Amino acid sequence: MVDVPYEATVDVPPAEVPEVELYHPKSWWTQYVFSQDAKVIAIQYSLTATAIGLVALVLSWMMRLQLGFPGTFSFIDASQYLQFITMHGMIMVIYLLTALFLGGFGNYLIPLMVGARDMVFPYVNMLSYWVYLLAVIVLASTFFVPGGPTGAGWTLYPPQAILSGTPGQDWGIILMLSSLILFIIGFTMGGLNYVVTVLQARTRGMTLMRLPLTVWGIFTATIMALLAFPALFVASVMMLFDRLLGTSFFMPALVEMGQQMKYGGGSPILFQHLFWFFGHPEVYIVALPAFGIVSDLISTHARKNIFGYRMMVWAIVAIGALSFIVWAHHMYVSGMHPTFGFFFATTTLIIAIPTAIKVYNWVLTLWRGDIHLTVPMLFALGFIITFVNGGLTGLFLGNVVVDVPLSDTMFVVAHFHMVMGVAPIMVVLGAIYHWYPKVTGRMLDDWMGKFHFWVTFLGAYLIFFPMHYLGLLGVPRRYHEIGEAAFITPSVHTLNAFMSVVALIVGLAQIVFLFNLVWSYFKGRPSGGNPWRATTLEWQTPETPPGHGNWGKELPVVYRWAYDYSVPGAKEDFIPQNQPPARRALQGATP
Amino acid sequence: MIVAIILLLVAVGSVLFHIYSPWWWTPIATNWRYIDDTINITFWITGAVFFAVIAFMAYCVFRFHHKEGRQAHYNPENKKLEWWLSIGTAVGVGAMLAPGLFVWHQFVTVPANAAEIEVMGQQWQWSFRLPGKDGRMGTTDVRHVSAENPMGLNRDDPHGQDDVVIESGEMHLPVGKPVKVLLRSVDVLHDFYVPEFRAKMDMVPGMVTYFWMTPIRTGTFDVLCAELCGAAHAQMRAKVIVEEEAEYQAWLEQQKTFAELSGRSAVTRATYRSGGK
Repeated sequence: MVDVPYEATVDVPPAEVPEVELYHPKSWWTQYVFSQDAKVIAIQYSLTATAIGLVALVLSWMMRLQLGFPGTFSFIDASQYLQFITMHGMIMVIYLLTALFLGGFGNYLIPLMVGARDMVFPYVNMLSYWVYLLAVIVLASTFFVPGGPTGAGWTLYPPQAILSGTPGQDWGIILMLSSLILFIIGFTMGGLNYVVTVLQARTRGMTLMRLPLTVWGIFTATIMALLAFPALFVASVMMLFDRLLGTSFFMPALVEMGQQMKYGGGSPILFQHLFWFFGHPEVYIVALPAFGIVSDLISTHARKNIFGYRMMVWAIVAIGALSFIVWAHHMYVSGMHPTFGFFFATTTLIIAIPTAIKVYNWVLTLWRGDIHLTVPMLFALGFIITFVNGGLTGLFLGNVVVDVPLSDTMFVVAHFHMVMGVAPIMVVLGAIYHWYPKVTGRMLDDWMGKFHFWVTFLGAYLIFFPMHYLGLLGVPRRYHEIGEAAFITPSVHTLNAFMSVVALIVGLAQIVFLFNLVWSYFKGRPSGGNPWRATTLEWQTPETPPGHGNWGKELPVVYRWAYDYSVPGAKEDFIPQNQPPARRALQGATP
Repeated sequence: MIVAIILLLVAVGSVLFHIYSPWWWTPIATNWRYIDDTINITFWITGAVFFAVIAFMAYCVFRFHHKEGRQAHYNPENKKLEWWLSIGTAVGVGAMLAPGLFVWHQFVTVPANAAEIEVMGQQWQWSFRLPGKDGRMGTTDVRHVSAENPMGLNRDDPHGQDDVVIESGEMHLPVGKPVKVLLRSVDVLHDFYVPEFRAKMDMVPGMVTYFWMTPIRTGTFDVLCAELCGAAHAQMRAKVIVEEEAEYQAWLEQQKTFAELSGRSAVTRATYRSGGK
């Protein structure tokens, strides 16, 4: 065990178990389609998530068109608007961000970064993707079923989610719940893989405290997801029963449109507890991988070790643990017993402390660095700004009494888009620019990348920063039009129109990004194995893109932590993790 | 250089936008000025942190961006600095949390002299009920809801007979008197939301929720629904009119009791006039 993570060691323990023979594909189908190679699965996950994410992007355009220019577009009515917001939210949070960070980045980076040949359960890993794909198909099919997708809001609160006053009450909600159940089954298969791989398949010398923060973030997020998703799973099953079998888990006695219903005795608030027991950790399931990845982006491109590595690891773990006891801050005005407010406000604000430590350490890593303003670095800087902004508005909403006027207003929409929409997407994009060379062997075009960054970052900020102030004024969320109200001034409509125009521009800028992805694949500058001169293992593979089994004949051996940048006295400004320390340097380092 | 300037402009622009934004909260109409104060404290603290972090970051980009021959400083950790930053953050968090919890305590402590009123939500309209001369509201049950009895009052409960039932979508309140607003729904979740009141709370079928407030100024206020309740969520509107006591009493005189509305007017009109005797 290495006590001080940044000290290199010469002695590396011997392998505890011999290597297991990998599964080798025998045909084109098992190599590229039903592949058990984590890297192929990662790309399958990423492409599927991106495809459904583009649907969600188009939905956001529809919403912004309606909000910016109400009544102009005859093809958007109140019901469709609700269907758009529901599908947009659900796709973005679960089917895009969760799948991309864990299924995409997790699959690609974990085995490479810990020095393994593949995930430990490759077959289950493959199944995980195909079940995920099925979940996406079921979800997408709701656009074509009678009644369309559900319009219950992404939170799916009963009773309205399964009553006829809500669009998509027939097929829409049933397929949505089924799709969620499938997603969770698929995720669980993948998630067990990631956890066991990190714990059991690390190469010699790769202690836990030498893991890159990317792996720490994905690892912690996966454990959280394995604990949190079951709450959503049971909630989905129970609501399906309520809808299909007439049980009353979440349904009290009620009257619908003048008709007495047969339900009775259930509790709508029970659903909210289950949903948010999943839903709040979910925020961090998306955020922690982003925290980890952005730490590595900043460190690599500032040519400086991440500041306070141990504190960063403990902050990730502390945030992960605390996030399980803050869920009811989503429910301050739900009608739950008001005394809960004291407890949940306190825990929620406490979580700000480890989160703030992470922010300080990111900016302190920049201090006295050698900052290369590459595209990944720009996205990392954009992440810090949007995350700090969104994190600080969380201190408004987490503080129970401040939440009372702001809950269910556009302030909330602005807050969570900034903190778990824009900020993680900044990391996703930065990470794609960073690791694309490893995946394809070619660099993404720099000019297109910079254009993409500035339009996306400034545009997203211009949309969501002013949106807070609409919420402060009192504009409620989930309204397809504000309608007549004395406190709504004409300037509100002007601002809405402005945000909509910017949203269209930001959306269009993503086309440049997609074009860049395709164009660079064929015409991009060849990158070589380690274009960013990074220390972590994935850049030290014998081939780029890494071949089947990642490491050729010999597994790499790790002698040092992941952040040996600009070490005094070293020949270059980075030392790869698998480079043994020189005798002379070592004698100087150990007393 | 340009990058550092843009980053700084984002921070400066955000602060300027905050100062000059024409979009700010509505003039408050209840005693919950403390909530606004807590928001202001939070704005000051978070605004300072936001500006400091972004400005520091912009400075780093300006000062330490890559130049030929620059080497980054090697500095793995600094326990002392990390602890001081943590402690400073904890103090800032405490400075927001303490007033927040203090005001929350007031928010959940209903004064004994608060008059009760009831608001009921259903897709997609609001109904209101006042206790009537006997000062007590009758019991209700969703199973009693019908076209003649939309609020589901219990016909056999003597306390309910003189309850004032308001289906016009226009509620009146006397200024300066604390009121406990009981909230009920017969179908889905709703949320009784008047931006000027600051207080709001979900209405949940199967249970009664509440908040309290004291209206401090007269006026007409829009009621909106703040919890998604189906296709016509955005159209679920009503009005609350806060007025002086005399006007309020004049309005109250004209309202009908449950008994009157449900056709037992002959008997109960007398009950109402005599105050329940």
